[in-house]
Amino acid sequence: MSVLEVTRLFKRYHGLTAVDGFSMAVEAGRIVAVAGPDGAGKTSLFRAACGLIDFDSGDVTVGGISVKTGMGRIKPLMGYMPQSFSLYPDLSVEENLRFYAGLFGVSGDVFASRRERLYRFSGLEPFVKRRAGNLSGGMKQKLALSCALIHQPSVLILDEPTTGVDPLSRQQFWDILMSLRRDGAAVIVATPYMDEVALADRVVFMHAGKKLAEGTPDELRRLYSGGIYRLALEPTAERMALLSGIEGVAPYRFGADVHIYVPPDMSGGELAARLADSGFGDAPVERIEAGLEDVFIQLMSGQ
Amino acid sequence: MGNVRFIILKEIRHILRDPRSLFIAILMPIMMTFLYGYAINLDIKNIRLAVLDYDQTSASRELVGRFYHSGYFAASLAPADMADPEAVLKRGDAHAVMIIRGGFAEALRGAAPYQLGLLLDGADANMSAAAASYSNVIIQRYLGESPGVGAAGRGVALSQRVLYNPDLKSSHFLVPGLIAIILMMISALLTSVTIAREKETGTMEQLLTAPVGPFQVILGKVIPYVGLALLDGVLVLSVGVLHFGVPLIGSSLLLLFFGLIYIIAALSLGVLISTLARTQQVAMMAALVATVLPSVMLSGFIFEIRNMPALLRFITMLVPARYFLLIMRGVMLKGSGLAVLWPQAAALVALTTLLLVAAVKRFRIRIG
Repeated sequence: MSVLEVTRLFKRYHGLTAVDGFSMAVEAGRIVAVAGPDGAGKTSLFRAACGLIDFDSGDVTVGGISVKTGMGRIKPLMGYMPQSFSLYPDLSVEENLRFYAGLFGVSGDVFASRRERLYRFSGLEPFVKRRAGNLSGGMKQKLALSCALIHQPSVLILDEPTTGVDPLSRQQFWDILMSLRRDGAAVIVATPYMDEVALADRVVFMHAGKKLAEGTPDELRRLYSGGIYRLALEPTAERMALLSGIEGVAPYRFGADVHIYVPPDMSGGELAARLADSGFGDAPVERIEAGLEDVFIQLMSGQ
Repeated sequence: MGNVRFIILKEIRHILRDPRSLFIAILMPIMMTFLYGYAINLDIKNIRLAVLDYDQTSASRELVGRFYHSGYFAASLAPADMADPEAVLKRGDAHAVMIIRGGFAEALRGAAPYQLGLLLDGADANMSAAAASYSNVIIQRYLGESPGVGAAGRGVALSQRVLYNPDLKSSHFLVPGLIAIILMMISALLTSVTIAREKETGTMEQLLTAPVGPFQVILGKVIPYVGLALLDGVLVLSVGVLHFGVPLIGSSLLLLFFGLIYIIAALSLGVLISTLARTQQVAMMAALVATVLPSVMLSGFIFEIRNMPALLRFITMLVPARYFLLIMRGVMLKGSGLAVLWPQAAALVALTTLLLVAAVKRFRIRIG
């Protein structure tokens, strides 16, 4: 049973199509990662789902209620964390939390016990009196998450919550998401980090407002066709130009290395020969398993 | 409605935690009062003059003609009558009433003492001061030039009486105007900036996911500023009354009531502007141009509305300060009540309702 359903959603801004007939369904107790480059339409999709923007056609339902007609009933079910920090920097940690608790009608003992739990979760306890503007990046995000969770929403929508956050805080953040999943919440999270995508139950690849692929991380990895070789060399412009000249393969910068995608019918020996012809005879090359990012790049360039 | 109090509380915290802005919001009105109270001086034409001519001789008609042809005086819209010569002043139909009792023509020939009467509306101090000195000059010139008027004519004297603001202090009519401008500035400018700030910093995006309606958000955000605006109004009024000796003759309650209505109009304007502005900077500029400037220039505070071109005169009808200014001056300086001020009161209420409805309609629960 899906808690959140997006059906053929279209959203255009001044002739530019941000969301282009996108559909997805999210079940309770699942974490769904939405991955895609900047401008893929993730934020527009999320805002439409939260009733923050109007959309041109299609529908979004939460618990069977359409956002077009029942936003008032949907709001208490939803928690949303926008991409940019959106709490009040001049209010303290506690004041921000109390403000959102108040707006959602959470008060008294219920508020006190949830607050304690969220503080334990997030490690914000020592900073309750500190103004939100003076928190570190990771702490800010954990406070924003706490504010989005204070009314115990059954659907949680997070727009790149860990972008620019240190690795340890990212880890803690995902620990919180995992425990929310255990409690039965549906979590939809946009993230640019493929290591985070791999932790989700389901993954949606989004590009140019459309869904490229959807499945479990393993299912998506199997979508890859062909082989991948890692060339452990700094991807300088000069090298990339040389590699691009090799026929039948596609070199990509991949962090500090180069990944070379080869078609299914090309053997490792043939690649080595072609590399040697272009002056990469001694270069350290090894065959690797396709990661989610490789799949994404292949799907995107196939478009 | 329970949610509103959390927004109010949050807004009050924002105000208190920005001491620099708070300082400006409280100190600037007081400084403006002193500046305007001391520094403003204005040039005046087309003073509306009502004439009660009981002499009805060629001499008296000649004198009246001199007044109307001087360029300084224009005919009053409504005639005055002897039973209550003040009425036209109180209604604002005239700035001055000249009373020519019977016997003027004889007095010009004989030596009997004769007094010409001139009643002036001191609520508009600059106007009255100018009217007083212009009439003196016109009458002296008339007495000196008229054929058949000899030294005996010097028995004729002008008796002037300034009503409502006998000392002709410009602060007396500037302070009510200042209150109108300061209330507009605090209410419209600060609220449009505070709403634009939530949009600019992205906090609106989070706020609107909470179960609150547009009316609740507006209400929660503006109520603290109603308080701040009222505080400023009382401060300026106190400086006016205590330092400049501006009288407060009429009902303070009536003043407060219309003050509140005017504040609601200003806040609605602020909300309207914030729906168009995405950043605090734009909101501030738009509020200055769309609310504060018209309140200074087009309300009759500095420039007479009658002297404006037709288009500007039409625009002044949409400036809430125009009506509030007249109400303030009427209540404070003349002690007028609703019986006299109802046209302005009705116009202000109508304009406020219009702005409020527009603001609530425009402020939607959407971003971008």
